[in-house]
Amino acid sequence: MGLFHNPTVEQRRTRWAWTFLALPIVFYVVVRFWPTADAFVLSFEKWNLLKPREFVGWKNYVELWNDPVFWKVFRNTFAYLLIGTPISLVLSFFVAWHLDKVRFMHGTIRALYFLPFMTSAVAMAWVWRWFYQPVPIGLFNNLLSSFGFSQIKFLASTTNALPSVLAPAIWAGLGFQIIIFMAGLRAIPGSYYEAARIDGVSGLTVLWEITLPLLKPTIVFIVVFSSIGFLRIFDQVFNMTTNDPGGPLNATKPLVLLIYQTAFASYDMGYAAAQTVVLFLILLAVSLLQLYIMRDRV
Amino acid sequence: MTAGPVLKGAADRVLAAPAAPRRKGHPGAYLRWLLLFAGGLIMVAPLVWMLSASFKFSYELYDLNLIPVEPTLRNYEKVLGDPRFLRWFGNSFLIATIVTMSNLFFDSLVGYTLCKFRFPGRTLIFIAILSTLMIPTEMLVIPWYVMSQKFGWLDSYWGIMFPGMMTAFGTFLMKQFFESVPDDFLEAARIDGLNEFQIWWSVAMPLVRPALAALAIFVFLGNWTAFLWPLIVTNSVEMYTIPVGLKTFAVEQNVDWEMVMTGAAIATLPTLVIFLIFQRFIIRGVVMAGLKG
Repeated sequence: MGLFHNPTVEQRRTRWAWTFLALPIVFYVVVRFWPTADAFVLSFEKWNLLKPREFVGWKNYVELWNDPVFWKVFRNTFAYLLIGTPISLVLSFFVAWHLDKVRFMHGTIRALYFLPFMTSAVAMAWVWRWFYQPVPIGLFNNLLSSFGFSQIKFLASTTNALPSVLAPAIWAGLGFQIIIFMAGLRAIPGSYYEAARIDGVSGLTVLWEITLPLLKPTIVFIVVFSSIGFLRIFDQVFNMTTNDPGGPLNATKPLVLLIYQTAFASYDMGYAAAQTVVLFLILLAVSLLQLYIMRDRV
Repeated sequence: MTAGPVLKGAADRVLAAPAAPRRKGHPGAYLRWLLLFAGGLIMVAPLVWMLSASFKFSYELYDLNLIPVEPTLRNYEKVLGDPRFLRWFGNSFLIATIVTMSNLFFDSLVGYTLCKFRFPGRTLIFIAILSTLMIPTEMLVIPWYVMSQKFGWLDSYWGIMFPGMMTAFGTFLMKQFFESVPDDFLEAARIDGLNEFQIWWSVAMPLVRPALAALAIFVFLGNWTAFLWPLIVTNSVEMYTIPVGLKTFAVEQNVDWEMVMTGAAIATLPTLVIFLIFQRFIIRGVVMAGLKG
């Protein structure tokens, strides 16, 4: 009786809480959890959207394991990660470290580095694609030939295409990483540097012994954040290779593009779902690695 | 416990120019500035070249000069004269605005509830929402597509929007910031006779405005530039968002690079202008969002 006629303050607040959460709970169940479960289930099925779904056990995964294109794509995906992450980490730290010591036009210089982060990857993919064209169209080859160098095949070569596609992705992400590094650098108490100065410790030692160890959480965050970004690369690749997506000869094709083509060009939904599960497991491994490295801080 | 002020402190530290240089007039300091400035110019060079090309006639396009000898607005007239382009622009604007509003409302409501209410099941719900951060969009697009097909959401605004109406990232960000709102304020409002919804809306929300602004910028930018899902869910040209439309347009133009650059410039300029106006604000938002974890 009391529960309905005269609820306590606590009961009334609990009711409010569930009222606030009702719609969001429906959303998360229908748009996040159910689709996640469905992707796992689908990865064990054969389905082309027309015939009924058919359970095939591990067949999709076995097929993946034996598919040379999948392994090519798997290697490409990690190439994006293994080239992109160290380069963007070193470049952004280098800029942040120096920008942190510059006063004159500080805000303007910071804005110059940050602007590319505000752009759309699709638009920038087309801008860079233009730069990569052969003489007389592309900027890079025009510059090369005006200095007397021979032209470089950027997007048409199987060896150069992947780094060429990766470059705008690194470029666009630098500004964000610089800002995060600056925040990390500013969080280090000035007294540490003061003490080092009094002890007569030189610049590089300060960098190795004070700055970098204290920046560990920032570095781990940036490494994980950019790794996840490079593992999920799609917009740049798809837009820079529209005539043969992921080409030439699959040289630039990342996992997400393979998923897109398997699902929405071949309509092999089960096989594509198995590929998304692989992507999920890779990203999960990266996140768990982060938790493992940062475990002593919690 | 008070994540808000701590994060805000870190954000403001980033905004401030560094303290006085330790060694004034050191020759290295000038070199450092020059190199940094040159690097910054290289960073914006692609954007400058894009803009420059958009004001050139095609015969001048491949010259290395930055300022067109004969500047023209012809490319803009042609691109904006294409009715599809305005439509895509409008689609993207509408979608990004609605999704942003939805995130501001629901993410902060859920974040607030998880922060300020104590009830059985609270931790479970928090962990459940947080765990969705681990699920990549790419894994969900296939089930979303199947779902959209079943419910007739393919090729519609709702179809493009529904996956992003709430985000775990936004919820977590807002929860962190509501921790800096003192419980006494809420208790005082409760004694004044406000109901829980009013307390959230008119007492707590105004206190977290900087966080709301940061969230709004991220959600808007994310939706303005989103490509994969709009590409999958749209079929007809009228429903494209600006990135999907730009891709279609660029493929059509093929070798008319000045037209492609004009399209790219139109797709990029709104966010660049927003940045130039709200620069301090956005940088602070990036730091607050970046340091949330």
